[in-house]
Amino acid sequence: MRRVLSALVSPFSQTRGVARWMLVVGAAITAVFVIFAFFAPWIAPYGFAQFQDSGGRFPKLGHPDNAHWFGTTDLETDVLSRVIWGARTALEVVSLAVLASLLIGLVLGIVSGYVGGWVDRILVLIMDSLYAFPSFLLAIVCAFLFTNIIGTNIWFLTSGVVAASLSLTVIYIPQYFRVVRNTTLSAKQATYVEAARALGASGGTVMRRYLFGNVIQSVPVIATLNAADAILTLAGLGFLGIGIQPDQAAEWGYDLQRSLDDAGVGVWWTSLYPGLAIVLLVTGLTLVGEGLNETINPILRRRRLLPVVLPPREKSSSAPARRASPELEADS
Amino acid sequence: MSASAGSLPRYILQRILLVIPMMWILMTLVFLLMRVAPGDPISAALGGKLNPQALAQARHRAGLDKPLIVQYWDYLYAVLHLNFGTTFTDNQPVLDVVRDNGGATASLVLAAFIIALVIGIPLGLLAGRLRDTVPDVLVRLFAIITYAAPIFFLGLLVQIYIAPRLGLPTGGDASPETLFVVPQRTHILLIDAFLSGDRQAIGDVLEHIALPALTLGISICGIFIRLVRVNILQTIQSDYVEAAQARGIARRKVMRNHAFRNALVPVITVIGLQVALLLSGAILTETTFNWPGLGLKLFKYISGRDYGAVQGIVTLFALVVVVASMLIDIINALIDPRVRF
Repeated sequence: MRRVLSALVSPFSQTRGVARWMLVVGAAITAVFVIFAFFAPWIAPYGFAQFQDSGGRFPKLGHPDNAHWFGTTDLETDVLSRVIWGARTALEVVSLAVLASLLIGLVLGIVSGYVGGWVDRILVLIMDSLYAFPSFLLAIVCAFLFTNIIGTNIWFLTSGVVAASLSLTVIYIPQYFRVVRNTTLSAKQATYVEAARALGASGGTVMRRYLFGNVIQSVPVIATLNAADAILTLAGLGFLGIGIQPDQAAEWGYDLQRSLDDAGVGVWWTSLYPGLAIVLLVTGLTLVGEGLNETINPILRRRRLLPVVLPPREKSSSAPARRASPELEADS
Repeated sequence: MSASAGSLPRYILQRILLVIPMMWILMTLVFLLMRVAPGDPISAALGGKLNPQALAQARHRAGLDKPLIVQYWDYLYAVLHLNFGTTFTDNQPVLDVVRDNGGATASLVLAAFIIALVIGIPLGLLAGRLRDTVPDVLVRLFAIITYAAPIFFLGLLVQIYIAPRLGLPTGGDASPETLFVVPQRTHILLIDAFLSGDRQAIGDVLEHIALPALTLGISICGIFIRLVRVNILQTIQSDYVEAAQARGIARRKVMRNHAFRNALVPVITVIGLQVALLLSGAILTETTFNWPGLGLKLFKYISGRDYGAVQGIVTLFALVVVVASMLIDIINALIDPRVRF
C-alpha cells in the first residue's frame, strides 16, 4: 500500500515550472468540487429537487437575486443547489467508473501481458475492438440497456448512478488494459523479474510483487484524464436523457438539456452555471492529468535540477561525495 | 498483433484478415447487449400501439420467436450479405435510413474536421516551438478549455451569443425553400446544392452548416493542438535536428525544413484515428443544432426503444470504424516501415 501511495505522490515533488503550476491549479479546482460533493447537503441552500420553502413556492425561471444567487429553473428549482448537488452525482459516477475500470483493466492487462499466448491474443482482440468503437456511442447503448436492467437502488447509490458508471466502465477498461499490458510486456523482460522466476516465484507472486509496482506508475495520468472524459460523457448522456433519471439526482448535462428552450427567451442562468461547472471540473482534472503526464512521460519530462551539495571541505577526506542522480538531465 | 516477418504484403494481408474477428467480436457484443435488456424489443417499441395478435406477427417477422442461437446466426448471416435489418417503429431498411441521413453527418463531420485542422495545426506548431512561454501556456489553456466544454454547452453559447449577431440559422441543414428547389441526386444536400448551381441554395446550405461545424470543430481542435505540440517537442529533441543546428543552419530554417515536416507525418496518421471521436461528437452536435443526420436519427430511435434500428445502425458504425482503422494501419505501414516489424 505504501508503495502505491509513494508512487502516486512522487511525481509531484519532481515537477517544476509550468507543469507544477498546472498540477496545483488543477488540484485546487478539483478539490473545490470534491468538497461540494461531500458536503452538498450543508453547502447547498436547498435540495436539488426542492421547489418551495417556508416562504412559499420558488419563482419560475426567476432572475438571480438574494434568495437564489444563480436564479431558478423552469421547474422552479434553485440553480445553485442543483449545481452543487450535481458535483456529488458527478463524483459518485466518475469515481465508481474509474475505480472499476482501473481494477478490471489492471488485472486483465497484467495477466494478459504476463501469461501471453492465446489468452493474450483474444483479450487484445476484444479490447482493440472495443477501443476502436466510438466510445460515446458505446456509452449510449450501454447506458440505455443498463438503465433498463438495473431497476433497484444498490446500497446508497441510485440505479441511474450505477447504470451510468457501469456504461462508463465499459468504455474505459480498454485504455487501462492497453497501457498496463504493454508495460507488463516490457517489464517482464527485466532481469529482476527473470531473477525472481529463477528463484522459483510463482506467476501470481511475480505479477503482484514485481510487475504491479512498475505498472501502477502509468495509471495516475490515465485515471485523471479518464475522470475528466467521464464527466463529459456523463453530461452527454444526461443531455440525451439517458442514464440518471431527473428525480434521482441532480445532473449537469440534464440541466443543460432542459435549458435549451430557455436560451431562446433570454434566460441565460439556467444554462450558464451548470455548463461552467462542467468546464471548470473537467479543466481542473485535465490540468492535473497533463501536469502528471509532463513529469511522468519521459518524452516530455523536464526534471527540476536538484542543487548539488558539496561536502564541507574540512571533512572531505572521510565523507563520501554526494553523487548527483544519474537521471539528471541537462536543461536544453 | 505484430507480424513475425516484416514484409509489407504479409502485414497488409494480416491486417485485412484481422477485420473479420474484430467485426465478429463487435457484432457478438451488439447482439448480446441487445438481448440482455428485459422485455422483448417488439413490445418495447410498439407495445400499446398494436393488439397482441399484431405484436406476435411483428415478432415473427423480425424473427424474435426463434431460439437465440438461430437469431444470432441469422444476424451474422444477414450482415454478411450487407443486410442490416429493418427498423421496428417505422419499418424502414436500416441501409435506407443511413443513406438518407448519412450524407448530412458526413458533410458536418468533414466541415468540422477542416475547421479543427485549420485552428489546431498552426496553434500546435506555435506552442511546440515556444515551449513554456506565455503563448504556449495560453494555447494549451485554450486546448484544455475547448476540450473541457461539452459540445452542447458550446453549441448553446454559440446559439445565444454568436448566432444572433451574425444572423446565422441554428437549426436544420437548409431552409424549406432550398429543400424544395434543390433536386435530390446524391442524398448529400451540400453536393446536391452545388450540382443544382443555384447560388442562393448554395449560400443557404453553407449558412446552415457554419455554426454546427464551427462548434464541433472547436470542440475537437484541442486534440490536434496537443498532438502537434507533443510531436514537435519530440522532433526538436531528436538527433537530426540537433545535428542541423550544430551545422549552423538558422533556427528558423531548421524548424521549417527539419522539425515541422517530420513532426506532421505521425500527426496525419493519428488524426485518421479521430474518426470515432468525430462520430461521437456528431451525435451531440446534431441533437443540439437539430441537424438531420445519423446521430439525431439514432438518438430518436433510442428514445423510441427501437432495438432493430439501434442494432442495425450500431453494426454499420462498427463496420465503418473497423474498416477505417484497417485503412489507417495500412497507410501507416506504407509511410513508416517501423510499424511492420
